[in-house]
Amino acid sequence: MASRWPVASLARTRLTTPGIFSRPSRRAYSHYTPARRRCLLQQQTPNCLLTHRKAFSTTPWRRFADVDDSFDPRQQDRETDEVDVCIVGGGPAGLSAAIRLKQLANEAGKDDFRVLLIEKAGELGAHILSGNVIESSAVDELLPNWNDTENPSRFEHATPATKDKMRFLRKNSAIPIPAPPQMKNHGNYIISLNQFCKWLGERAEEVGVEVYPGFAASEVLYSKMDGSVMGVATNDLGISRSGKPKASFERGMEFHARVTLFAEGCHGSLTKQIIKKFDLRRDSQSQTYGLGLKEVWEVKPESFRKGEIVHTMGYPLPSSTYGGGWLYHFGDNLVSLGLVVGLDYPNPWLSPYGEFQKMKHHPIYKSVIQGGKCISYGARALNEGGFQSIPKCAFPGGALIGDTAGFLNVPKIKGTHTAMRSGMLAAQAAYTALIASPNMDNGTVFLFNYEDALRKSSIWSELKQVRNMRPSFHSWLGLYGGIMYSGLEAYIFRGKTPWTLKHKGPGDYAATKLASECPKIEYPKPDNEISFDILTSVSRTGTNHEEDQPVHLQVEDWEAHKNDQYPKYKGIENRFCPAGVYEYVEDANKELGVKFQINAQNCIHCKTCDIKAPAQDINWQTPQGGRDPTTP
Amino acid sequence: MSTALKILVPIKRVIDYAIKPRVNSARTAIETAGVKHSMNPFDELSIEAAVRMRERGTPAVTDILALSVGPPKCVDVLRTAMAMGADRSIHVEISDAEVKEKGELEPLGVAKLLKSVVEKEQRNLVILGKQSIDDDSNQTGQMLAGLLGWGQATQASKIEFEGDNVSVTREVDGGVETLRCPLPMVITTDLRLNEPRYASLPNIMKAKKNKLEKMTLQDFGVDEGRRLKTLKVEEPPARQGGGKVEDVDGMIKKLKELGAI
Repeated sequence: MASRWPVASLARTRLTTPGIFSRPSRRAYSHYTPARRRCLLQQQTPNCLLTHRKAFSTTPWRRFADVDDSFDPRQQDRETDEVDVCIVGGGPAGLSAAIRLKQLANEAGKDDFRVLLIEKAGELGAHILSGNVIESSAVDELLPNWNDTENPSRFEHATPATKDKMRFLRKNSAIPIPAPPQMKNHGNYIISLNQFCKWLGERAEEVGVEVYPGFAASEVLYSKMDGSVMGVATNDLGISRSGKPKASFERGMEFHARVTLFAEGCHGSLTKQIIKKFDLRRDSQSQTYGLGLKEVWEVKPESFRKGEIVHTMGYPLPSSTYGGGWLYHFGDNLVSLGLVVGLDYPNPWLSPYGEFQKMKHHPIYKSVIQGGKCISYGARALNEGGFQSIPKCAFPGGALIGDTAGFLNVPKIKGTHTAMRSGMLAAQAAYTALIASPNMDNGTVFLFNYEDALRKSSIWSELKQVRNMRPSFHSWLGLYGGIMYSGLEAYIFRGKTPWTLKHKGPGDYAATKLASECPKIEYPKPDNEISFDILTSVSRTGTNHEEDQPVHLQVEDWEAHKNDQYPKYKGIENRFCPAGVYEYVEDANKELGVKFQINAQNCIHCKTCDIKAPAQDINWQTPQGGRDPTTP
Repeated sequence: MSTALKILVPIKRVIDYAIKPRVNSARTAIETAGVKHSMNPFDELSIEAAVRMRERGTPAVTDILALSVGPPKCVDVLRTAMAMGADRSIHVEISDAEVKEKGELEPLGVAKLLKSVVEKEQRNLVILGKQSIDDDSNQTGQMLAGLLGWGQATQASKIEFEGDNVSVTREVDGGVETLRCPLPMVITTDLRLNEPRYASLPNIMKAKKNKLEKMTLQDFGVDEGRRLKTLKVEEPPARQGGGKVEDVDGMIKKLKELGAI
């Protein structure tokens, strides 16, 4: 496409006869947002009148029409809608913010206060993945009767936690270790976060939030006046693999709002851009991540112990790699189990998926799932940076809430309550700010109150108290040093030390050593009863992107990427992706004997590639919404 | 001068086609609780066909009525239908309790209900999906045509209008068959008819204002008695591994061993 433009603009000047309004070169304006383009075009017209040149036609597509007169629908203006607050992401943070906003508006009698929430999954909850053991402090405040038996619309699927177990695993044994006080789960509930978000979505619609699942926000809109965030735009649908619009083409839609809250979850694609643009990490460390892989099994009733929570460390991960497993019994003979692997692992031969399958064969897991049936699989990156990595959360025109900012409490392994609380605080601040200055003329909204409220809240104190535990695993003592220091912190220091340990380096991607420097790891073949091959697992995610769409995992040059990365890491992408998206296929005709292939249809939206790619050259973008993974 | 079309498009909310179905713990049905549901893919084709008829202009389309029978959540698929282009919709609500007690509504019951709607709303064209992906009955369209005494063209892959007649190309076992049929008639859609459009977000937002009528089965006075009882639902036996043979002789030997020849 790019090569056509210079020719087209040259031809256009030749074809234009005097008296015809000379159109602005499409190339000059292509990178501007539609709003800016419109504004600039409007500015052009007065000049034209002054020089007595008449516009040949004033419709936008006449202006942008090609020499051969083919109309490119992607140049069409998008439909816009004005709302008061736009929320990107329908997870616990986004939904809590939406509900809180509408609660405040309804209390004040402002029925026309519009809160709009868009979510990339086809259904709310379909893309969210978590263990999940929820601390109910935030939802108790938001919806006090959420678990009340008298309430007909209560959340019915919460399993109260009964027993806590912590184990250190060796290949065939499990040594009990004391659980730090933060990890006592008495009073908490085991839930499926998927079901919880569906339930929150129903509550949101009840209070009048406009919820639109199945539409991904793919572009941030910036104001032409001061560069503040003025909303988002959803992606165009119906584009073929080659980038050309199909018959089913539908232009995306723009939502303009004075406050836009980003609740995209860990490592959000739009959040990444905003953090860069407004330099939100100027006073904090970069975020560090883990990859959580999860399966839900239906087990035999004899193996089921309702409400039991087990956490394990050690086997199968090497001592240089942070991580741990979980096993929760909930619902009706259902078990949620999984493994979190810290993405700062140094060995490029390590495969988190392979480690997970290995872990399931350990007696402590195998004894529960043997004879049962795996009904679902999923994976998602999660934040491990904690206190040191919290960026500036407010920026002109909006704020970051939930995991997209990064409020997960790593030792507790809980982030839902802090995400919800951050959503509620942002909602309060946004509402106050908007009511105080109701007109557009009062300028851009900056949520100073949100930043203040965060610092005074339990989120801050909680994360500050445990800030040194995760970084303590970076020392040369690895896992053992981390466990010992964390024990000290949990029982004695409780975060009251004057020092704050730093995270390692610029990011998880930089921690990867070369393939030649590390021992190769061979993974055992799956036995199809306890462990499975990756494609069988992917079929259990329900992922099914439309094949004929542009590849949403943007790598600029596949050949160059392969030539650069393959010799160093020997196909690390194939091993870190929990869905088998990246492949190095043997091809004798290509350089190095392999071809780099991206099977974007398998993607389960975990964001690991965007985080772990050593050269940071994979950019995860939202694919066309609708047909997509359903996490357990 | 051809008569204007008044189209009825019945649609069904089913388990999404990409989901792997599981049998429920009682072994009586497929697990539907908490599972993603969406519009039956064949019904998407019907809506698209109806909307394209309107866009074509001749014959004129007076209105497109979408209808669904099912639990309260059916409004989601009706809203999608309206976002794709249906003018208004009717939701005939059946509560989950009723389904548990009496069982799912059967094709004959649905057909009788649709007959009643057609008469009440004075429809002259009914476009249905050829079958729904949960029960694969492939009966409702045909039964409806029989009850109404109208002509039917099922598994349509192409629909053309010639005055007051409709020329429908059908996909049959041996190939394709073209039928010409006068209005009023019943058409059921098959995969190659069209590619349904995406319901764009602006259309979904506008469709929220469209009329959605709620009714119950009793309003139509239809005999919706169940005649079938599902005794047991089981998963198919797990696939056994195969074996490889060297050549044709090896295959014949193997078949003899198994007692097949």
